[in-house]
Amino acid sequence: MRLATRTAMASFRRAPLLNILSITTIAFSLFAFGLFGLVALNIRNALQAVEERVELRAFVTNGTALDQMASAAADIRKYKEVASVEVVTQQMALARARKELGEFQDVFDSEFLPASLDVKLKDGFRDPKTVRAVADRIRGMEFVDDVRFGEEWIAQLYRLRNIAGVAGAALGLAFAIVAIIIIGATIRMAVLARSREISIMRLVGATDAFIRRPFLIEGSIKGVLGGGLALLMTYLAMRLLSQYLHVETAFFDRRIALLGLLFGTLIGLVGSAVSVGRHLRRI
Amino acid sequence: MIRFEKVTKTYPRGAGAAALRDVSFHVARGEFVFFTGPSGAGKSTILKLVYMDERPNEGVVRISGYSSATAKRRDVAKLRRRLGIVFQDFRLLEDVTAEGNVAFALEVIGAPRAAIPGRVARALTQVGLASKATAYPKELSGGEQQRVAIARALVNDPFVLVADEPTGNLDERATRGIFQLLREINANGTAVLMATHDLELVRRAEYRTIELNHGQIVYDSAESSNVIEMEAD
Repeated sequence: MRLATRTAMASFRRAPLLNILSITTIAFSLFAFGLFGLVALNIRNALQAVEERVELRAFVTNGTALDQMASAAADIRKYKEVASVEVVTQQMALARARKELGEFQDVFDSEFLPASLDVKLKDGFRDPKTVRAVADRIRGMEFVDDVRFGEEWIAQLYRLRNIAGVAGAALGLAFAIVAIIIIGATIRMAVLARSREISIMRLVGATDAFIRRPFLIEGSIKGVLGGGLALLMTYLAMRLLSQYLHVETAFFDRRIALLGLLFGTLIGLVGSAVSVGRHLRRI
Repeated sequence: MIRFEKVTKTYPRGAGAAALRDVSFHVARGEFVFFTGPSGAGKSTILKLVYMDERPNEGVVRISGYSSATAKRRDVAKLRRRLGIVFQDFRLLEDVTAEGNVAFALEVIGAPRAAIPGRVARALTQVGLASKATAYPKELSGGEQQRVAIARALVNDPFVLVADEPTGNLDERATRGIFQLLREINANGTAVLMATHDLELVRRAEYRTIELNHGQIVYDSAESSNVIEMEAD
């Protein structure tokens, strides 16, 4: 193993330019993939933020007692789909309207605004079907006049989310395949550059496993370095974007960043294994 | 020790004619054998079959317990650790010193690290290059580079040295030196199989000569002079 590590290191020393080229190619392939990932992540975050605003408003009949509303709210809170229920009295509804809508500034009579129960749903239960089912259950309560939840809007949001999900998966796969092909070709170049050494190794009786080992180490190192560089470039690109376009963007959390590095390493490792394997079968 | 039994070899992308046709012969332990003949006669193919770089399409090649019919890739690696192989173009690592090139053959088979320097020094001394151990191939003459290649082939104490046109790139003087070295190696008990174009060298040496033409043996001095083969293995 020590010899394999030494050989891998010697290869970096021997052909620094070729190795820098490999690492840069890996880095740029993964950078493209990373940028795409970042866009996907931010779209997902934005959709998530919109989704969180999905809520049902159950308007109650005028004159419903507050404790009746409170007990209904407690019942609704027990639904597995429900995150929170807020009891909004007529006075509170007016205060909110005055705050949010200019034309209510001069209105001081709260009588014509209905009281309501504002229901927020848990993540994963905000799809149109579930929302409608919850609305129907609440609508069944005797003092509930009407339940509104912007059915059209939720359906649109979910359509958008599905399109983004499918497009994201397809594009992500395409980017990953392109990265793998480019990186594979780069590593193949590195293997070909050392084909003489490989043929000498075979002549003097080295086993295939022995010949493969330094390439696997080399490939992994290139993958880690390329992955790290890609991560750095993606981060810098995000900072630039935030700075010049004044867009608040999110970056990968530590777990995803680590997964990215692991992905780079894996591509380096698998790319090397495949390239050396193919080369060894030929000689 | 080395036995070819009715060996036929055709290359998939060859011109159609077999590189070797129905070739049978036997080489005893410690023997020195020349393979001669025009280009394309099949000399190199015979040597490639010995170190199992190629496998026969028909017939069997047996080398010290390994059979071309059954040997796996791992067996080929093991066999080669017991062979020394030398080529016309030396096949040295250009960016590694002479001693590094010789040590490489030991390192890649996992020889104990402590034993490597001593064995390398001994091999380089044997080929007369002890004083140039730290020189790089490009700093050495053709003859010296071939000596490094021979030292690399010898460092594992092979039972047979396979040399494919080892003097093909060398001038007269260097050729004599390399051939003398091969004779000494043979005198120490290592069999030598040498493919060569150099008929003058063959004539002077009086070793067993197998002449090939169009992939067939047209002359074997061992058979024509009724030399009794001694089967060692």
